[in-house]
Amino acid sequence: MGWVKLYRQLKAAGVIGLNARNGNYIQYYNQRRLYPRVDDKILCKKLCQEAGMPVPDLYGVIATQHDAGHLRELLVEHSKFALKPANGSGGDGIMVIVGTRNERYKRPNGRTVTLEELEHHVSGILSGMFSLGGHPDRAMVEALVEFDPVFSDLAYQGVPDIRIIVFLGYPVMAMTRLPTRESDGRANLHQGAIGVGVDIGSGRTVRGTWSNNIIEEHPDTGAKVNGFPVPGWDKIVDMAARCYEPIGLGYLGVDVVLDKNRGPMILELNARPGLAIQLANQEGLLGRLKQIEAIADKPRTPEERIAISRDLFTRYRPAA
Amino acid sequence: MKKSLHWLVLSLTLVVIGVAAFAYKVSVLGYPLGPMQEEALWTVQARIKLLPQDGPVKLELQLPHKVPGFARLDESFVSKGFGRTVAEDELSRVSRWTIRRLREQRTLYYRAQYYADSQQAGWTDQPGFPDPPQLEEPFDSALTTIVEDIRSRSADIESFALHVLKVLGGDALDENSALFVKQITGPESRVRIARQILAGARIPTEMMHGIRLEDDQRHATREPWLAVHNGKRWLYFNPLTGNRGLPKDVLLWWRGDRDVAEVTGAEIDDVRLSVRRADVDSLDLAGQRAVSGESMFANVSLLNLPVETQAVYGVLLMVPLGAFIIVVLRNIIGIKTFGTFMPVLIALAFRETQLLAGVIMFTIVVAAGLLIRFYLEHLRLLLVPRLASVLTIVVLLMTVTTLLSQSLGIEAGLSITLFPMVIMAMTIERMCIVWEERGPAEAVRDGLGSLAVAAAAYLVMGIESVRHLTFVFPELLLALLGVTIMLGRYTGYRLSELGRFRKLLDFSGSGSSGVG
Repeated sequence: MGWVKLYRQLKAAGVIGLNARNGNYIQYYNQRRLYPRVDDKILCKKLCQEAGMPVPDLYGVIATQHDAGHLRELLVEHSKFALKPANGSGGDGIMVIVGTRNERYKRPNGRTVTLEELEHHVSGILSGMFSLGGHPDRAMVEALVEFDPVFSDLAYQGVPDIRIIVFLGYPVMAMTRLPTRESDGRANLHQGAIGVGVDIGSGRTVRGTWSNNIIEEHPDTGAKVNGFPVPGWDKIVDMAARCYEPIGLGYLGVDVVLDKNRGPMILELNARPGLAIQLANQEGLLGRLKQIEAIADKPRTPEERIAISRDLFTRYRPAA
Repeated sequence: MKKSLHWLVLSLTLVVIGVAAFAYKVSVLGYPLGPMQEEALWTVQARIKLLPQDGPVKLELQLPHKVPGFARLDESFVSKGFGRTVAEDELSRVSRWTIRRLREQRTLYYRAQYYADSQQAGWTDQPGFPDPPQLEEPFDSALTTIVEDIRSRSADIESFALHVLKVLGGDALDENSALFVKQITGPESRVRIARQILAGARIPTEMMHGIRLEDDQRHATREPWLAVHNGKRWLYFNPLTGNRGLPKDVLLWWRGDRDVAEVTGAEIDDVRLSVRRADVDSLDLAGQRAVSGESMFANVSLLNLPVETQAVYGVLLMVPLGAFIIVVLRNIIGIKTFGTFMPVLIALAFRETQLLAGVIMFTIVVAAGLLIRFYLEHLRLLLVPRLASVLTIVVLLMTVTTLLSQSLGIEAGLSITLFPMVIMAMTIERMCIVWEERGPAEAVRDGLGSLAVAAAAYLVMGIESVRHLTFVFPELLLALLGVTIMLGRYTGYRLSELGRFRKLLDFSGSGSSGVG
């Protein structure tokens, strides 16, 4: 049977599926009581800031329908921002505004929305439209990352980000997610963004994947996606590994963005990071997770962990 | 990653308990495995017409007792004004009716319901050896000769009895047997004479009286049967044909030489035995059996509940099965749906509408609801009022669909009312958000996924024998729970992931030095 063969091949390649991720990793290493530390983006931001990690500024939080009326005053000083649900899932409900003129708010795709539409969006967020389980939520207005132009060839209208899976504090696999026309400027793979694997050791990009297909070039910009050195990689890996201490989740997805002025910043953390990173890297996660499980017998400092990870997970050999 | 087998022990225990209880109910309590099996329930009745005489009346009626191959479900007596006691011992069960004075003609009834039950062995008494009969000559020496002759030709008690009946049947007629054959006046005397000869060999025998179970026997004839004890158990012989074994349609009513009804102080005008057949669902029968309380297990059966409650549980017990199907389709196959258990509720609704009509109506209501929901988006309503509006629209759409199908003469449209409208409203809302946030493709895909899962759940829950099994054997749900727990620890790939990660293999081997 073709299915059985495929199953065996994937198993041999160390690919983990959702059942294995949930049953063998998230259930064991992520304590439920710690979930709010990442699910609540406002709390998450606070914890990261306290740990000394750079995060995008929080312009304001809207917690009640009454506050929603003050949205205008809140936005008056800011022409670029992202409006997000604090407990959103999978990137739902995020509205990015890249420019403001006469109370017309411009979105990355060129369309504009009115203040009224923004207020409506906020009240949708507050009523739990986008939150996990539909619980009433808060809306947050966050500074928009001014993304580093080094990435502009690789990102279509939006903020590319870098996702690192941090297992027990060890960075194990990374990819960068590049927005496309299809993803409407958002960096979520299931919304059409490109995933490009990043070598932990060298910080260079490896092959890319788009809608579960392997690609060599960005479909919108035509730029080659392989072999690109991610700027500030040392800093990025360092930040990712350091998330383990304040957050405590053993299996964590760390999303980092590159700001033109401030460098890498932690955008958000994820307690149930997706598995497409395996496609982006053309490699199963299981082998790396097992390697870490085998050595993570004693507590180590972030520096030690990073050194171990970068040593173990170097794939890119520069010149050949 | 710690390995623990706790879950495995638990799930296996649940499976074992569930299956064991199921097996016990099937094999010991005789619950039917399949649905809609019909069993014959025989109502046998004795009607005694009494004519008054002087003095106190005492009537004794033989009641069926330890009937081989049959079990009693119920019995009743109609005897107003009479005192009644039932005397029961190893061999017989007798109803005694008494009255001080009988002034007019009266009719008494005894009625009992019997069903075939192969586990009923009948009488198990161990009779003593009878004394040889004291007969006058020439019978005595003829008897001795016959017994000697048959003994020489037979191997055991059974063949001995067969030979006796053969001799009395007129085969191998010689002058000795002719003496006895001439005395036969009817079936009863044939049995008596056979018993005489068998007593000559000191073989314990008994006369049994049975009736043929045929529908609408207003005048069931009493058939005498010869019972011969072979030292272990009673063997039954048809005195007329000489065949061994009790046919399935003979119900032995009483044993002994007495008549079925005997009276003092009154005159029996007529004793009439009658038989009526009713075909009943074997499930009903099992339920009634449970009421008659032969087992603790049966006493807690769902079949004891009122019919309406039974109907509710018939549906309720299917829900775990639907949930199990969801588990399989989501975690093993990997189909995405709106809401975890929404498809189960839709599937329950399909039970009423039938599949095709259900799918069409579901699609119509959700599609129309979605259109209206998109329009509502422009009104910028707050969440709860918006949800309430969608719910109202769903109800209106359902009403319109029903009215339309009514006027078009499509009957299926009438059952749409059973659709879980709140679930439909939530589905529309959720689908709308997915549509806007993640695109129409994903919304439609998840919608179709939900529908496919609902249809699969419906098809499984619709299998008649599955419904029967979950209702009659709810303990099977324990086994289902066990299997569900096992699936909860399934950490292999989902079928959909095989396709998803297939691309990864295309490049494997090229530069994957990272794995140690």
